[in-house]
Parts: sequence; structure tokens; C-alpha cells
Amino acid sequence: MTADTPLLRVSAVSKSYGQRIGCQDVSFELWPGEVLAVVGESGSGKTTLLNCISTRLLPTSGTVSYRMRGGDWRELYRMSEAERRFLMRTDWGFVHQNPADGLRMTVSAGANVGERLMAVGDRHYGNIRATALDWLGRVEIEADRVDDEPRSFSGGMRQRLQIARNLVTGPRLVFMDEPTGGLDVSVQARLLDLLRGLVTDLGLAAIVVTHDLAVARLLSHRMMVMKDGRVVETGLTDRVLDDPREAYTQLLVSSILQV
Amino acid sequence: MNTIATYNFAYLDEQTKRMIRRAILKGIAIPGYQVPFASREMPMPYGWGTGGVQVTASIVGPDDVLKVIDQGADDTTNAVSIRAFFRKVADVETTTRTAEATIIQTRHRIPERPLKEGQVLVYQVPIPEPLRFLEPRETETRKMHALEEYGLMHVKLYEDIARNGHIATTYAYPVKVEGRYVMDPSPTPKFDNPKMHMSAALQLFGAGREQRIYAVPPYTRVVSLDFEDHPFEIQKFDRPCALCGAEGVYLDEVILDDRGGRMFVCSDTDYCEERRLSSPDREEKKKKKVVLP
Amino acid sequence: MPTPLVVSEVSKSFFMHLRGGLRLPVVENVSFALKTRECAVLGGPSGVGKSSIIKMLYGNYAADTGQIIVQHDGRLIDLASASPRTVLAVRRDTIGYVSQFLRTVPRVSAVDVVAEPLAVRGVDREDARAKARELLARLNLPEMLWSLPPATFSGGEQQRVNIARGFITDHPVLLLDEPTASLDAKNRQVVMEMIGEKKAAGVALLGIFHDQDVRDAVADAVIDVTRFAPGKVAA
Repeated sequence: MTADTPLLRVSAVSKSYGQRIGCQDVSFELWPGEVLAVVGESGSGKTTLLNCISTRLLPTSGTVSYRMRGGDWRELYRMSEAERRFLMRTDWGFVHQNPADGLRMTVSAGANVGERLMAVGDRHYGNIRATALDWLGRVEIEADRVDDEPRSFSGGMRQRLQIARNLVTGPRLVFMDEPTGGLDVSVQARLLDLLRGLVTDLGLAAIVVTHDLAVARLLSHRMMVMKDGRVVETGLTDRVLDDPREAYTQLLVSSILQV
Repeated sequence: MNTIATYNFAYLDEQTKRMIRRAILKGIAIPGYQVPFASREMPMPYGWGTGGVQVTASIVGPDDVLKVIDQGADDTTNAVSIRAFFRKVADVETTTRTAEATIIQTRHRIPERPLKEGQVLVYQVPIPEPLRFLEPRETETRKMHALEEYGLMHVKLYEDIARNGHIATTYAYPVKVEGRYVMDPSPTPKFDNPKMHMSAALQLFGAGREQRIYAVPPYTRVVSLDFEDHPFEIQKFDRPCALCGAEGVYLDEVILDDRGGRMFVCSDTDYCEERRLSSPDREEKKKKKVVLP
Repeated sequence: MPTPLVVSEVSKSFFMHLRGGLRLPVVENVSFALKTRECAVLGGPSGVGKSSIIKMLYGNYAADTGQIIVQHDGRLIDLASASPRTVLAVRRDTIGYVSQFLRTVPRVSAVDVVAEPLAVRGVDREDARAKARELLARLNLPEMLWSLPPATFSGGEQQRVNIARGFITDHPVLLLDEPTASLDAKNRQVVMEMIGEKKAAGVALLGIFHDQDVRDAVADAVIDVTRFAPGKVAA
């Protein structure tokens, strides 16, 4: 039943900064368990779009609706700020490109993971810690690092910690902004594999913004190609990559370095 | 010519007092909420109780009896000078006796003797924002208070337990006021937190440098934050006061010599003195009671 | 005999924007049907568009015109116009595919690569792995390789992983794009047996086979792709 109902509906979302277009007239639906990649080069509007959808940036026009856990549809920008923020820290996750933007760098890894639990009222230290340890394990961080601050972690570990911190409340929708950006290639591969596994195991819906087509191929079911704030092509990920129809997509695909 | 005569009663001008009283009233109406106010320059440096002094100056009247304590003591520099200040600029009666005071301005302690209705306890507060430790952005902490997002406060306690095996915060221990606002009780020892709960006295908090006033009206619920499996506990002392023999009170360690000699005595000097004076074998000492300036 | 997949009047061309808008017609008017219990083979010289047809049937290439009707979940679906979600559902439950090359995923072991199509259908992961091991053993992949990611495997080893992955499910339609190209005679034989078993189980297969002997052994029908060469209809 729910599989036939989308989780998120984006209708005609536009954002302009004065004369300049951030993104223009973007519409799509996202279903439970579906991973959508938004690709395009810097300045194509993909991050603006992500921010508009994830309540971080008020769109100039258009609507974004979300199906709540209770099944009722809510228009995001008609919700109170308290409701939106509650949604953000329970049913949603946001993975930033720079882990420092999504972590508290001066508190321990365990507290970083536990914060969302405490925010929703968990008041049992032992349980919070056990859950944090479980999640550190799932993102392949050694248990003996639980009391270390992320300042002492490598880039890849920080990113994995950020993912654990986001997933601990069992969100249904996760936004990711260049989740592998700035990481070494080998570290990227590990993170991608981890993300892929988690997304499949947890049945997460995700919107992944990336300029890396390999990331899109590995993680996403569906792809949206953006240029100059507009969606130029959309479709099944392997179809868009293997049989690109639009001029810009063909340029993008043909620009990949083969190894 | 007496230069003091050029000051208004209690130093502050009436407009300023009115402004501060409005902030106080708002604070009382919303227990635990930090009300911004236009803190004035006071004839003492920040950190010396400018917030508390402005609150006291705004509520003190000619009939009030003022007590000032610093770390529980009536005779430390800060306490002595603030008391002298108000005697000079408001000509009010001062006392060291908790029971006799109508206004008690304090830094870092709540008197051991339970406060009664009609008394006002004025706290000097250095940093009023309990969330600042983890979230330095004022815009964000205000929002968190407004939306009652207090998960972060428990992150601090979590860190304590993770690092020390127990909640190691011993002063400025965060409390929730009347089930709504999380509040920093100023750097009082957590030993005093239970005294704030359902207190008969009005409790006012002034932070001069930070320009915030907040309040706990009489008979208000003040609950210390904790975890189910790490409940809030106050410090326990394994010995009584070396001077008056009191138990269940907050003790200060006094170093006696450079060979490890030390003793533990009441931090509340008035409470200690009163107990000593009222004990039968020291009846005669009452007459020789030292009168502080 | 039931026809789980019908292709009608499908055409495909590539429009090369980067080469001055060059239009490269591939096939036109492709029409055929797959029958259960049969293996149809796409015939014709290389470059005639056999692989493109298979890819359109899997939704990997878009069709310009025409319909690709598949029986899926008790309904008829036109893959040529289906939404991405529907195509994914068809791939999960109805159409299996053994591609020419294995696309490897970092850090995922050969066993898990093979087991994945079952796992995404909700089969218990350990059961799926057991079945994967069974198939890998049958295809003579050395056991020491099973727990390794296939990225470093030889072409033939990768191809066997790919075949096992395609054959592990009971999809009613199975597409095979040169599955035996890099296999030795012994493993080719195994694959031919497996194709025979699929036929017996009621699966409709469509394949491209380079080797004449494999083709002769498995083909129940040959679809001559030169019939669908562009310009044929107009001529």
C-alpha cells in the first residue's frame, strides 16, 4: 500500500536570488526506499534544490509535501518551525559534505550519535550508549573510539560518524550533499559501499546531490540531471548514464575519465 | 559637601529601575526564561556582581534589610563592598543574619537556613545560558529554548558520565523550571539545587555583562536534569563541620598549614556562627559577637 | 503457448549531440514475441543492434517508438513508456539479465554479488548466500574466490559470477547478452545445461550467442535482426 504512495512530492519549486536563478520549476516525487541522485556541475542549482526541499532554504515559489509517519500529507513550508525541526532530527537525516558541519566536533563520538536519541526524550544513559556503540559498529568505527572527539578522526571516519548520527533515529528520508566529496578514492569506495548497504538494509529513501556520476551509479535508482537551475534529463540511473538523450547529459557522461 | 547626595536612591535612576523591574516581572511571569535588559555601567567591574547589584538596586526600598554573601560568607571582599555600597547609596539596614534579611544577594551559594515567604534571593550570574557550553550561537540557543529542544543539555551530562563514570558537573548544574525552561542556576554548587525547588522565597537572577534577568517565583518546581540510570545526587560530606558540628550542610575545605593540615567548615558562615552561639556552653560568646562593617 | 514478452514496432536511434546532432539509427520496426519454455536467439552480424535490443528490453536503453509489453505481477506493462520505478520492479521480479560484462562494486564479495537479486526480493540473506555458493560451485569458480570482491577476477571468472547472478532467481524472462563469450568449453557446457533447466522451468529466454555450437544447442527460434535494419520498411 505505502509502496504505491510517494514519500515526498516536490511541485514546481523555484528559487531565485534576485535576477539570478538558483533552481527553476523542479517537480518530482520520491518513493519510500528510493534513492534519487541529483547530478550536475557546480552552480547547476543542485545544492540550492536540496536546501529548498530539506527546509533549509525557503523557495521563491512551489510546494514541497511530505507524508508523515501517521500517513497524513504536510506541506513543509506551512508547518511550524518547531514541527520542521522535529522532523529534521527524527524522520530525516542530512549528511553534509564537510562532516564538521554536521557533527559536534568537541563532544565524543558516542554523544554525537546519542544526541538525537536524547533530543527525542531518551533518558537512559546505558541504553543511549549501547545504541551509540551499535551504530559505531555499523559504520565500522571501533568501539574503543566511542569516547574520542571527532576532531581526532580521519575524514572518512568523520563522515561515517556523521552518517551514524543521522541514522540512529531510524529516519525514512536522508539528504546527502556530496557525501564522498573531499575524500580519498579508496576511502570513498568504502563509504559508498557502506552507504549502499545501509540504504538497502534500512529501506531508506535518499536524495543524493553529487557531481560524481560513479557515485550516482552506485547509490541511486533514479537520476536527475541539472543545468543552469533546470532539470534537463531524468530517468532510471543506468538508462541516463548508458543512453543519455540530452546534449548536456551526453557531454557530462562523455567527460568521465575512464580508468 | 556630601557627593553621595548627588546619586539617586540606590544609585540607579528611576527610569532604569523601572526598566529592570519590567524585566523582573516578565521573568517572574515566565519562570526560567532569560529576559534581555539594558544593563548599565556600574561602579564596579563586570564579574563583581553587576547584574545582581542592578536587580537589588531596582527592588530595594528604605525598609528593606539587606544581606550579601559571597561563597556563603558575609565577610569576603565582594560581600563587604556590595553591602557597603547599598548602605551608602540607599541607606538601608544590612545584616548577616539570613532570618532577618528581606533581600539576600548571593554569589555561589544558597543559605542553609530555609528561606521564607517575603524574602528575595538575588543571584549574581556570570553566564546565564546553560546551552552555551555546546552551542555558542545565541540565535540558535534562543530558538532551542523557544522550541524546548533540550537534547543538547543531556549531551553535556552524557559526556560527564562517559568521561568520569558519573555526572561530574558539581556547580551550575542545569535545572528545568516548572517543566518548561532549562536554566543555569548560576555557579552555585549542585548541593544547593534542591533548595531552589518549591522555595518560599522569590529567586531573581541578574547577569550584568550578558544583560539577562531571569526568575523563579515562590513555590515553583525546579528539577535537576539527570538520566534514569544516573539520577541526580548532591554532594555528600563524610564528616560534620569542624566548628559547629553541623551535618548535611555544604562544607569548605580550609588549609591550615603547609604540612597537609586542613579542616572542613560550613561554607555558610552565618549558619555556622548562629549554631555555635546558640549552643548552651557558648552562651557567653553571644555578647562578644563580632559586628562586621 | 504463453508469451510473457511481446515487442512491437520498436525503433531506436542514437542522437549524437556532441557530433553536430548526428542521428544514428540502430533498429526499426522490431517486432517479436518470447514464448515460455523457449530460448530465442538474436541473430545477425555484429553491429546490427542485437545488444541494443536486449538493453531496451531491460530498460537500460530507451526505445524511441513502439511497445515492449511484459507480463508483470498479473498486469501488462509497456516497458518503453514505464516509469523508472516500474522498470525497477520488473527487473526485480520479472526480467533477469546477464550482461556482457560484470559491473563490480567495491568491497562486495562474489557471493554477495550473486545473492543480491534474491536478497532484494526479501529472501533471507543466508539462504540467498547458500544458493549463490551452489551456483558458483556449479560454474567451477574456485572456492577461495567466493568471499573476494570480483573486481580483480579474470574475465572468465567475472563472467561466471555474472551468470550465477542472473540465473539465481526464478524470473519468468531471462535476457542473456553473450554469456558464454569468455568461457572455456567445460563451463560453456554448464551454462547450456542451466539454460536447458530454465526452459524446463517455464522461463522465456532471449540470448545473443557468439559461438555457433552454443547457439545451435540452445536456440528454439532465431530472430534475424537484419530484418530490423533501418530503412528496410521504407525500401
